[in-house]
Amino acid sequence: MKVEAQTGVSVPHTAEPCSTDTPVCALRRKKSGGIERRGIAELHGPLAVIDGVSGVSADEQVDVVGSDGVPRLGRVITTSESRIVVEIFGVTDGLATSSTRVRFAGEPLHLGVGPEMLGRLFDGTGHPRDGLPPPAPAEVRPIIGAPINPVRREYPREFLQTGISVIDALNSVVLGQKIPIFTDSGLEHDELAMQIIRQASAPSVERFAVVFAALGLPRETVSRYIEDFRRTGVRSRMVAFLNFADDPTAERLITPRCALTTAEYLAFDLGYHVLVVLNDMTNYGEALREMSAARGEIPSRKGYPGYLYSDLASLFERAGRISGRPGSVTQIPIVTLPSGDIGHPIPDLTGYVTEGQIVLDRDIARRGVYPPVAVLPSLSRLMSDGIGAGSTREDHPKIAKRLYAAVARTERARALASIIGVDELTEVERRYLRFGARFEKEFLNQRRDETRGIGETLDIALEILKELP
Amino acid sequence: MSGAAGTIRAISGWVVRAHLDQPLVMRELVHVGTERLIGEVVGLDRDEANVQVYEETSGLAPGEPLFGTGEPLSVELGPGLLGEVFDGVQRPLRALAGQEGDFIGRGSRAPALDREKLWTFSPRVKVGDEVQAGSILGVVQETAMLLHPIVVPPGISGRVTSIAEESPRRVEDVIATVNDNKLTMLQRWRVRTPRPLLERLPLEVPLITRQRVLDTFFPLARGAAACMPGGFGTGKTVTQHQLCRWSDADVIIFVGCGERGNEITHLVRELPELIDPRTGRLLSERTILIANTSNMPVSAREASLFTGVTIGEYYRDLGFHVVLLADSLSRWAEALREISGRLEEMPAEEGYPPYLSSALAAFFERAGRVKNLSGTEGSLTLIGAISPAAGDLTEPVTRHSQRFVRTFWTLDRQLAAARVFPAISIRASYSDVPPAMERWWSEHVSPSWSSLRVEALAFLEEAGRCEETARLMGVDSLPERERFILGMAEEFREGFLSQNAFDPVDSACEPAKQVEMLEMYMKKVRG
Repeated sequence: MKVEAQTGVSVPHTAEPCSTDTPVCALRRKKSGGIERRGIAELHGPLAVIDGVSGVSADEQVDVVGSDGVPRLGRVITTSESRIVVEIFGVTDGLATSSTRVRFAGEPLHLGVGPEMLGRLFDGTGHPRDGLPPPAPAEVRPIIGAPINPVRREYPREFLQTGISVIDALNSVVLGQKIPIFTDSGLEHDELAMQIIRQASAPSVERFAVVFAALGLPRETVSRYIEDFRRTGVRSRMVAFLNFADDPTAERLITPRCALTTAEYLAFDLGYHVLVVLNDMTNYGEALREMSAARGEIPSRKGYPGYLYSDLASLFERAGRISGRPGSVTQIPIVTLPSGDIGHPIPDLTGYVTEGQIVLDRDIARRGVYPPVAVLPSLSRLMSDGIGAGSTREDHPKIAKRLYAAVARTERARALASIIGVDELTEVERRYLRFGARFEKEFLNQRRDETRGIGETLDIALEILKELP
Repeated sequence: MSGAAGTIRAISGWVVRAHLDQPLVMRELVHVGTERLIGEVVGLDRDEANVQVYEETSGLAPGEPLFGTGEPLSVELGPGLLGEVFDGVQRPLRALAGQEGDFIGRGSRAPALDREKLWTFSPRVKVGDEVQAGSILGVVQETAMLLHPIVVPPGISGRVTSIAEESPRRVEDVIATVNDNKLTMLQRWRVRTPRPLLERLPLEVPLITRQRVLDTFFPLARGAAACMPGGFGTGKTVTQHQLCRWSDADVIIFVGCGERGNEITHLVRELPELIDPRTGRLLSERTILIANTSNMPVSAREASLFTGVTIGEYYRDLGFHVVLLADSLSRWAEALREISGRLEEMPAEEGYPPYLSSALAAFFERAGRVKNLSGTEGSLTLIGAISPAAGDLTEPVTRHSQRFVRTFWTLDRQLAAARVFPAISIRASYSDVPPAMERWWSEHVSPSWSSLRVEALAFLEEAGRCEETARLMGVDSLPERERFILGMAEEFREGFLSQNAFDPVDSACEPAKQVEMLEMYMKKVRG
């Protein structure tokens, strides 16, 4: 089946009537029952206000069915004895106040999960988007998850080789880490994410499972990922949750939670090492702002809600390892810096939760270098425990330190050269410029299908460091 | 706790509104719903109460009961706190993991102090002795390096009518009777109320951190408060871990409020492997971790700071020197902001509530070097890390904190990018060094500390000017003396200011060695 046929066509996620009742790997309720009533009091965009129902609990799942018979999934956001506010994930066009039926599920949103999900494409709320029947769930889980007890976490220290020199040598990633790619529109972050997925390897891992969450992405971008997964054989061990750019905004808040619930199941129940790509978290943040404004909440920075940090953390903290369990959840969120601003609330707060960041740079990309990773602002916080003797190579920490210092001095020399001219530089500074040129060309730059082992990467580094005094 | 005090009316996030049948008081601890989630009364309006719930409220419904407890949010104090890991409302995370498994569920309960553990209590008073609050009734060897006095709690005094013999006791066993009060090793104290003390002592003894740039240039006094702002990636975490490891303190409390789970795990796993340089014992034996990671309930994050401070005051009152590190005040302030938003309060700057400043003051003012009720000296030093949004030091949390602290350690992104760690900016940091502290250095370490320090600061200032000139005109255009200064500054940065946390030798630098090194560099500078 051609990929375009699966992802290029808009399949409304409400295609199967009453699908929330059937035992599928989709958001569903565990038990039947709950309260049902006809008529809603107010509708404001994605929010519905229902009066005169009592006993509805916080976060409860809701089905809102219009006169068209199509159920729309929703969630209770505030509840009281007299007034309930529901956030609807589907389109609310065509809903009337009097004829709309509302069914409260009696419990929070749950997702059916099972091994058959591997290889499948779902929409943003877990309904099949590949035209195949829904897979059978092995279990049903609440999508909000529960925090891992910090004393039960295993500290991540197992080196994950991406085969990309700049990441492996200078921003080494470990299994169970969360490390975002900070990028800008038009840079090759998608290629980088795909390359990481294709090339990821670790001594203890036979194969990685991949959970891909498209958050408000254009269909074209998603097709490229899916096509790449198919071509390279990743597809059979991948689960994708796709919320396209024109899908309902409220659904975007659910999609990463479905993806992470699946990832946790694959990792901690089935023992897979899972790479999760959340693409693009900036769209997620925008959706959060949009919904917050619709709820009439008091905004904090740049109109984003005051709970942006906690909300992002509730996603990113679902990465990790648990002692005594074999698998791991490694997250590679993609964050497009709004107008290139790293201090914007979304990247800023992301940086405070994640364990480092890989920053792409337009100037480097313009020089034709791929991957255009800016070395100095990039960082992996879990690197020091994951490298060196016994995991990468004994001289790795030393080489990384020397490279950093050299790149920092190269930057200074370049800045100086742009003011006073190359001719005025000292011989030492000129050597740094030569080092810088070779660093970009031979170390940073890499083919999109090139896997460099850590040994090869470090050898290249040693070679170009010879330029320096 | 008898019947329900009220009924839940409405739920919005972590805030619950309830109708009251019996009166509750402000800041009373309550149990919410049939699962009895922990909450605290944060507002009263006629027959309704606003309650902030310390656990996930998903699934809670209007109509469920609310139970009062008659007491404010409190912590348990006694032997058994050291080495433990608690959440923001003092639930012991190891015990919870034993009960509930790898994830933290709702309504999970376990007492903070192990009720079954036996401690060997050795009495220090006899029947008939007159005692008052702070009097030592006996002692318990809590860890190999800490002899834990069991003292008469505040508000109690009189004649000892019974006292336990030297014997193994549980924390809830009665170990003494004073008048008619049956006393156990377990005490409770309200987290939002400072504990009583006899008098505050002047802040003149430095807290030795074995970090060169801090001890030498920006020293922090025992019992003082400091704040440490730094954007992400500036090495805040490593610097804090270093303070945890090397600070000259009897007890270290690390409050991870709203930070990363893996970092707490790192501390949990690393501490039992690290040795205290002073005692040769494991560092975990003197450390208490409060872990309310970023994905744990926000309201418990707000409480976690005060849970930590109250435990800190307790050890201060037993005569110990305590250092509390809070990581981070920004995340804590954001918890305030989130809760305030849920309560639909009018926001002030950047959405923070107008009482942000007084809330910060309530934290920082609990620092102090004191003569406690027992008449001994104890101290509680507070170090609050701040993660300013986009590294902007004019944001409200940093600005308000500056009003309450006199030691300000700024982490600099440029230094971090050049991998100079700890990335403490010389120009943007400051510390108040009273003459009494200079005297302490002179008497205990070296009489030349003070003059060398001033000389080095002046040198770094001059080097900063030279660097600016060099940036504009190139190094070659500088006169020889200035080029020499630049070279020396580079050497000083590499050899003195930066300190490798991961190097077993360089990780900690004793005060005497610091002065020695400073002397050596300054000699070179003088030429």
